[in-house]
This record gives sequence, C-alpha cells and structure tokens, in this order.
Amino acid sequence: MNEQPSDWEPKVLAFMCNWCLYTKADQADIARAQELSDVKVIRVPCSGRINPLFILKALEEGHDGVLVVGCHPGDCHYKEGNYLSRRKFATLKSFLEYLGIGKGRVQFAWVSPAEKGKFPGVVKGLIEDVKKLGPARRLGRSH
Amino acid sequence: MENRVQRIREEARRLLSEGLVDVVIGFERGTLPLRSTPIFIHDASDVDKLVWDSFCGNNLARYLPKMGDQRVAVVAKGCDSRAIVALIVEKQIAREKLTIIGVPCQRMVDWHKVAKAVQGEILEAEERGEEIVVRGDGFERVLRREDYLARACETCAHRNPVLYDILVGEEVEEDASNNYADVEAFEARPPDERWAYFERQVSRCIRCYACRDACPMCYCEECFVDHATPRWIGTGIDPSDIEMWHIVRAYHQTGRCVECGACERACPMEIPLLYLTKKLCKEVGELYGFEAGMSLEAPPPLATFSPEDEQGFIR
Repeated sequence: MNEQPSDWEPKVLAFMCNWCLYTKADQADIARAQELSDVKVIRVPCSGRINPLFILKALEEGHDGVLVVGCHPGDCHYKEGNYLSRRKFATLKSFLEYLGIGKGRVQFAWVSPAEKGKFPGVVKGLIEDVKKLGPARRLGRSH
Repeated sequence: MENRVQRIREEARRLLSEGLVDVVIGFERGTLPLRSTPIFIHDASDVDKLVWDSFCGNNLARYLPKMGDQRVAVVAKGCDSRAIVALIVEKQIAREKLTIIGVPCQRMVDWHKVAKAVQGEILEAEERGEEIVVRGDGFERVLRREDYLARACETCAHRNPVLYDILVGEEVEEDASNNYADVEAFEARPPDERWAYFERQVSRCIRCYACRDACPMCYCEECFVDHATPRWIGTGIDPSDIEMWHIVRAYHQTGRCVECGACERACPMEIPLLYLTKKLCKEVGELYGFEAGMSLEAPPPLATFSPEDEQGFIR
C-alpha cells in the first residue's frame, strides 16, 4: 500500500433526502457545504430510499467517507420513511464496524431547515474524521 | 433415533396414503457416507427411503416457496421450522398447504470435520448412539458425535421445532446461554484483525453462490448480484466484488437469518459465513427484541419501526 500523499483530500459523498433542505433558501446550506469541500451530494426522494447497497457501492467505488442525511423523526414527508431507514442504518452501521470497516467512514445525520448551518457542519465533521482515518483501503476496487 | 425414523415413515405413509398431502419432503441416505440428502416422496410405497440421523443438515424449508399449489408435508428440525415461520411471515408460503412433521434436533454433524479427523477416504459411516463409526480402506475409527457438530449446531438455541403439526419424539432441553459466544469473541478483536480475517476468508470464494442457493431465506426472483442494470457487483473475482457480495448477502439476512448454517454448510471452499449473519441476528435481538422465525405475529424488524428506536448514532 502507498503512503498517504501529502496533498490527499478525502473523497466524500452525501446521500440526502430531497425534503431536508427543500426551498431555495434552505439549499444555501448545500451550496455552502460544497464551497467548503468537494463533497458530492446525491439527492434522493427520502432517506427511506437509501438502499444500504448504495452506501456500500459508494465505498467500493473509492469514497473515503459517506454521509447519509434524512429528516428528523416526525418530519418525514412520507410520514415514516425515516423511521424505517433508521433501522436499516443502525444495523448496517454496526455490521460495517463488526467487519472492520473503519468506524466513522459512514455517518448519519438528521437535518431540518430550522438547523441552519448543520449540514455544512456535519460534512466538515465527516471530512475531519475521515482525514484521521486516512484513505479508504477496504472494500475499494483494486483496479 | 431408530424410533424417530419409524415415526417419520409412519406419518409420511399415513399422509400420502390418505391423500392428505401431495408430497413429503424429508431426507434419504446419501450416495456418499456422512451425507443424508433431501428427498421428495410422492408415493406411499417409497416412504421407507426416509431416514433421520446426524447428517440431515440441509434446511428443507429451502424448497417450500417453489412448491406451487402442492400440499406439502415437510420434516422440520428446529432451524427448518424457524425458516418456515419466517417464510410464512414474509408471505412466501401458505400455512394451510403445509403439514409440518417436527423433529426435535439432536444437533447435526459436520462431515468436513469428520473427514479431517481421519487419514484416507471414508467409505462407510455408521451412527451408534453418541458415536460415529467410520471405515475406509484398512481403517476403522470410532468418534464421539459431539466433537464433530456443525458450527451452527454448537451454539443453537432452538433445537425444538417452533411450529409443527406432528411432533416426532420428545422435545429436547434447549440452551441459549452461549448462542452468541462466537460473535462476542469476534467483536472483541481489533478492527484491523476483523477486516483481515474477513478479507482472507472470502478471498477463497469462487462465486458459485451455493451459500445463496442453500439458504431458506434467499428466495428473491432476481438476486442483486445477478442484476444487470444497474450491475451492482462485478461478476469476476476482484476482491472488492467478492467482499461486496458477502457483505450484502449477509446484510440482506438482517432480521431474517434463522441461524441454520445452510450457507456455511453448502460452501465448497469452507468459508465461515455464519459469523456474519449471526452478528446481525444478535443486533436485531439487542436493538429490537426480535428473533427471526420465532413468532407468526411479529413483523420482520426492518419492515416495521418504533418511534423510540435507538438513534444515538445519528448526528
């Protein structure tokens, strides 16, 4: 394995519910996060749409960190999508840690428009954690 | 054991000759020693082919979703019955078309372990109470059955059938105390070691999918691994493809795995697989108080929720 290059910047991806930051004004937070880092944001209709396979695929495709963002419990546009996803995320998270895929590479957050600045904050937090972990060398494609 | 064989045959004969079922699924003597294999009996005159011994490891619930409109009787030990319950809960099979011949399980023997215990090829095996006698060219060995149990059976907490119409033999005493001892031991190892273990074990995988095909809970019409648009996982033996396959296969069993070890038993490369799904079983037990295949009422844990579910891990 190569040593970590000094100019290495983590490659991070965020799966995000479309309704967390929906209005133009609220989306300023997404733009803000993207200004501060080169996080890629993939918006999905609901956190319930996030198949755990997406998260694994992101790691396999070489991302160093993955963030999963949904609405707070009780705020779901479809009433219960985030309650269902919460169970998937809880079990997936502990399973990945059990396997030995570094704790902190996959993170989860609830975000609402009332929490201005939270999204850029969690992206920053993820990047800081992933920097400490170094480049992902597990599960990534070898070619 | 002999009694149980007789009872299974009697019940099968009765069910078939009275026209109560179309087919009985049980075990017959395998063509190789130490292996009993599934058999489908349609005619009462064939029931004497049925056997019951320590090599009836396959989970017969595997066949049930494919039986169409047939009325089926199935021989079920503890884990088979759990899979049956889970399949009924997931609406894959209809309870009313099913007659369950429950057999309290004496725990099954792993033939790989037996084969490794002797030099040379085993040509004949015989079970005598708690002993297994194996013979080959110029040797005979007597082994203690309990030293060669399948891994799934060593820690099994549910040996008695959970659901049955007919019970063959007496219920056995169950012990759930060390059900997750193996998982706990693995959890205690450092993360790097855990990953190295996983990586090393699955590197032997030849992508035959026997683990999937033997699993009673893997009944998807199209498996994610065969899906072509999008192609989630490459079909080759790139390590990341193999790792993805094993992670996702196991994860799909969250709240569904009945801990029968069919995956592991079927693996031609002897990759330990149960330690993956058992972790998920432990997790849904701790988080949601759920154990797969134990109740016809409880919905699968990932298909339901409680507003109070644990979310300390979410920022």
